[in-house]
Amino acid sequence: MSDASSALPPAGDARTGWPAPAPGAAPMPVLILAQSKLEARLLIRNGEQLLLTLVIPVLLLVAFSLEPLLKVGSSSRVNFLVPGIIALAVLSTAFTSQAIATGFERRYGVLKRLGATPLSRTGLIGAKTLTVIGVELVQAVLIVAIGFAIGWHPHAGALAALWLIVMVLAGTAAFSGLALLLAGTLRAEATLAVANLLYLVLLGIGGIIFPLSKFPASARSVLTLLPSGALAQGLRNVLQYGSGLPVRDFVVLLIWAVAAIAAAARLFRWE
Amino acid sequence: MSTYAAVEIRDLVKRYGPATAVNGLTLRAELGAVTAVLGPNGAGKTTTIEICEGYRRADSGTVTVLGLDPAANARTLRPRVGVMLQSGGVPTAVRSAEYLGTLARFYANPLDPAALLDRLGLASVARTPFKRLSGGQQQRLSLAAAVIGRPELVFLDEPTAGLDPQARHATWDLIAGLRASGASVILTTHHMDEAERLADHVAIVDHGRLVAEGSPSDLTGGPGQLRFRAEPGLDTDGLLVALAPGSAAKESPAGHYIVEVTDRVDPQLIAAVTAWCAEHGVLAQDLRIERATLEDVFLELTGRELRS
Repeated sequence: MSDASSALPPAGDARTGWPAPAPGAAPMPVLILAQSKLEARLLIRNGEQLLLTLVIPVLLLVAFSLEPLLKVGSSSRVNFLVPGIIALAVLSTAFTSQAIATGFERRYGVLKRLGATPLSRTGLIGAKTLTVIGVELVQAVLIVAIGFAIGWHPHAGALAALWLIVMVLAGTAAFSGLALLLAGTLRAEATLAVANLLYLVLLGIGGIIFPLSKFPASARSVLTLLPSGALAQGLRNVLQYGSGLPVRDFVVLLIWAVAAIAAAARLFRWE
Repeated sequence: MSTYAAVEIRDLVKRYGPATAVNGLTLRAELGAVTAVLGPNGAGKTTTIEICEGYRRADSGTVTVLGLDPAANARTLRPRVGVMLQSGGVPTAVRSAEYLGTLARFYANPLDPAALLDRLGLASVARTPFKRLSGGQQQRLSLAAAVIGRPELVFLDEPTAGLDPQARHATWDLIAGLRASGASVILTTHHMDEAERLADHVAIVDHGRLVAEGSPSDLTGGPGQLRFRAEPGLDTDGLLVALAPGSAAKESPAGHYIVEVTDRVDPQLIAAVTAWCAEHGVLAQDLRIERATLEDVFLELTGRELRS
């Protein structure tokens, strides 16, 4: 027997050296943290996910800020772009990345297997939420730091940080609900395709890098009712125009969140 | 409750649409024992195990696991029950040690992940992603995950499917060790030798019902047979007169004689048969005692036609 084996707990049976049963679950916060840490590590190791959540938003921010590729009126391009790129970061992490990861976890029986551990399904949702918020925090720090470095001057009210957090959490809830709805009902490949396609479409029509004011008025009212449009517009109101909580955009996100989470809770298939 | 079983199943029925997967199954697995559930593909083994694991609900009948209803008491049972699914369940990019380390943190008194990897011969692939492990290594990691929390009861769905002989023996040692430590094990398998070697109790299931159960020696200890070869056309009725009541003697095919007794073949039977042969100048060649193997019993009970 090697040294490592002697680290096993006291034997329940002297002949086999196998320890006696000693079942028991760790406290729920420990469970959630352990699973969330594992998910974060897997995410960091996944090149495509990093491209989606960090590289593309940062590249778009830098490229569109420094190059006169689009006209955004009198205010500087970077002031327009930072709130949109934060919205894109939320979209990429809470929706696209989470939908794809969860879809493949479902396909490979990972969700099923975790359902039999003390983590349970509730804890698993908790861990996923924690991971998403953790990644968003990293994204936010990176985007804000790069924004300042290239001349971002937010025109923000006194409670801007609070309203930013409230809007990001509302957007995260809406996009997470949609991600789980997709991942829990479609095949993994279909989830991958739809999540990537919606990422591209919403990047184009979500008010993220192209101002919604460039669209016809009729289209604009519909686009601001989409979660991406509502989030980008709401963040711009807070960070670019110094508003308080953008109530209309907040309510739009809340409705999306409630509807998507309710649908996911009803329709999600674990295997 | 002090006298619950590891698993107790009564009149279990489970249907998927028009198909009946489990059709009135009754089965009891004792605490501290290894119970093997044998059956052809589609016999309802995995469905039954997954109802015990809390993944599916019974249409009718009762199931208790460690004395508890697996659907209603899932939260209580999860830490006490270890599960190895028939396939999958592990993220493809996760490294062996990282995965086992995470699962260990789910439990109050886990095994040391490094020691467990070592014991299952996985120490050299501790940093290898799951998708790059061989099939046998993947199976053993899933097995490790089922026991890391030191459960009282472990469900193993075909734990040795596709394993090479070394890996099978490592798995058998682990199962024997679990049993010796006081844990209960329920395993499904297609390998009769595995059931014969490991199980205290064997349940043979077919078409969603129990068709036979008992210890391996109970199941294989049916009628004993004595076989020999001799010239064709011996007077088997005359032979029968010399034997204990309830015996049978037949010639099948010509020149091959089979003497069957309801109990086991004993020295008296051999003496009686050879005495009769001596009396009639018959030289009994290839005289041998035959005993049904678990595989014979299984095929007799479940038939020889191929299943999907």
